[in-house]
Amino acid sequence: MVMSDRDYQLIAAIQGGLPLVSHPYADVGRRIGWSEEQVITRIGEMQQRGIIKRFGVVVRHHELGYTANAMVVWDVPEQRLDEVGERLGDQSCVTLCYQRPRRLPEWPYNLFSMIHGRSQERVTAQVEQLIEKLGLSDIRYDILFSGRRFKQRGARYQ
Amino acid sequence: MDDIDRSIINNLQGGFPICDHPYAVVAERLGIGESDLLERLQQMLEKKQLSRFGPMYHAERLGGGLSLCAMRVPEADFERVAEQVNAFPEVAHNYARDHEFSMWFVLGTETPERVEEACREIEQVTGYRVYNMPKKQEFFVGLKFEV
Repeated sequence: MVMSDRDYQLIAAIQGGLPLVSHPYADVGRRIGWSEEQVITRIGEMQQRGIIKRFGVVVRHHELGYTANAMVVWDVPEQRLDEVGERLGDQSCVTLCYQRPRRLPEWPYNLFSMIHGRSQERVTAQVEQLIEKLGLSDIRYDILFSGRRFKQRGARYQ
Repeated sequence: MDDIDRSIINNLQGGFPICDHPYAVVAERLGIGESDLLERLQQMLEKKQLSRFGPMYHAERLGGGLSLCAMRVPEADFERVAEQVNAFPEVAHNYARDHEFSMWFVLGTETPERVEEACREIEQVTGYRVYNMPKKQEFFVGLKFEV
């Protein structure tokens, strides 16, 4: 899908969030000189092509009581990577699961998963359950709990 | 936050309708009125329980760059480095984590090349190495953040 200047105008118009009014797409259209129908069609296309990954609420975990956000990182042998990644992603407590490059020797981990929980104890217990359930006992891992959060712009890209 | 707020969050993490009166459609699905839904969304935004209501873009497909970066910053230097890093407009979230790799931030840039550039600039300003760890593969997870 080729993106035009008009598309970037549309993206800029909804960047900060969709207006909270009865006909939000008409409202957005008025700002950039499009009809409601044009806005609806184009947003639909962007969603279909995956340019818009998802459309909905962006939650702030911390304000919702999920204060123990943990990044659990794993050093998975290449031949097990897809299997472990897919199975981790399937678990209800895992909210993100990515393969990333190792940075040897300092950083040996290549699979990153995010677990949000209400306490560190609960997250640790969940990780232990995952290891048993998915047969990961011979895989090196580490849990990085979050401390202070310095900046959250409300991610627009992910 | 009551049960209705919770069900709004649980139901609206994706799949928002693209039609002329989307909030009315969602409100009906949730069994509440449209104006009630709009008011509650507004309140949750004001209370900062939600950071935004709208689209989440796929940065790479928009032509931009995106990466997760980490730095090993000793506690004594942390505040200074955090300030310097956060001054970069491309830095989205920045988290402290209790680990030798103590600072973790997301870079979202207008072009893919800008990611590496920004990393080098951050290294120059702070004096610490930036470990750039862009996504190689994403494994599917459902939208299941339940409150």
